[in-house]
Amino acid sequence: MYWDLFMMFIRVGLVSFGGGYAVIPIIQHEVTEKGWLTSAEFQQTVALAGMAPGSIATNAATLVGYRTAGYIGAAVSTAGMILPSLVVIVVLSALFYRLNDNSWLKSSLYGLRPVTTGLIIYAAIHFGYPGENVGINWVWIATLLIGGVCLFLLFKYKLHPLLILIAAGAAGIILF
Amino acid sequence: MPDGKDKGGIKNLKEHFILLIQLFWTFFCIGPSTFGGGYAMLPIIEREVVNKKKWMQEDEIGELISLAGSAPGGVGVNAAAIIGHRKAGIAGAVSAVIGVTCPTFLIVILISAFAILFRNYPKVEAALKGMNGGIIALIIMAAYRTARYSILDTTTAITAIATVAVLLFAGIHPLYLIVSGLICGIAVIRIKKRLGLQVKMEKEAVTGNHPELEYYI
Repeated sequence: MYWDLFMMFIRVGLVSFGGGYAVIPIIQHEVTEKGWLTSAEFQQTVALAGMAPGSIATNAATLVGYRTAGYIGAAVSTAGMILPSLVVIVVLSALFYRLNDNSWLKSSLYGLRPVTTGLIIYAAIHFGYPGENVGINWVWIATLLIGGVCLFLLFKYKLHPLLILIAAGAAGIILF
Repeated sequence: MPDGKDKGGIKNLKEHFILLIQLFWTFFCIGPSTFGGGYAMLPIIEREVVNKKKWMQEDEIGELISLAGSAPGGVGVNAAAIIGHRKAGIAGAVSAVIGVTCPTFLIVILISAFAILFRNYPKVEAALKGMNGGIIALIIMAAYRTARYSILDTTTAITAIATVAVLLFAGIHPLYLIVSGLICGIAVIRIKKRLGLQVKMEKEAVTGNHPELEYYI
């Protein structure tokens, strides 16, 4: 179990280009396929991950590990998530002066970045989608409503993400 | 780069150890101050590492940011790894990364434990459902911010749209998309260059010396 978690997050960590939100679909794909968490449980997990400081990807790894296999699960998941970037960084850092203007690196990032953007857009759609068997209901409409208002606040007033989450939580208590 | 100092002598070994502790502690203190993670951490790292500790020169920061941003993983963790590696080699990188991760790890565990404890209270459940809406907004904002420097031309725009479409309708593992994006990027640039087309591969404005506070990556 621990080994499975560790290897899974090694895999995720290795491709976590752009960090944060882009890896949410990848983690979701893995944990729901393995039956570790349901889609709804995973979404709760991400909401909690957003409340803590630090990278949302690493936090999500910690939480998924904790919910599936307790404290040790959390530790091995976090380690798995961080280890690949640590190795890549040490290697790149040692070679950096030669890599700085490397056209291979730049052209792979050219293709990688739009895919990252696509992954993040997909994550947003997935979070806003109520699920196959659920029709249009009040919870769904209210969730989208909260999302819309939060987005407006983010764009217009550049509110801090933590404030947004607290406000959304308060709105949830009132609406649901 | 490690600074190539001789680490053989007993005195140097002691200095090395003290440096490792310093790296750990500095990043341990930076860790929790960065709600939203990622780029929000960079100005604080800059203040601590350049101004206070004098571990790096001001002009090295731009380099640090571009390297931290192009490697996989969170920008904050990557920056810690780079600085640790420069100062004290692999051991330095490890201790800086553990330092930056520890506080968040503990906070996440704490939040999770509370959430599980109070999970069955209807008010907590309602708050979590409401936060789902907030998360949607944060993700859309992240997508918008990322798009600003990843969508440079028609090819990149099509790539982003195709990624969403494939994820929605084909159920392919996202890993494959990342790998194919990487290969496509290299291929497209090669082909375009062969055809004699000019390709802009990066947006210059983004990799400035002082990035604006970006919470979302």
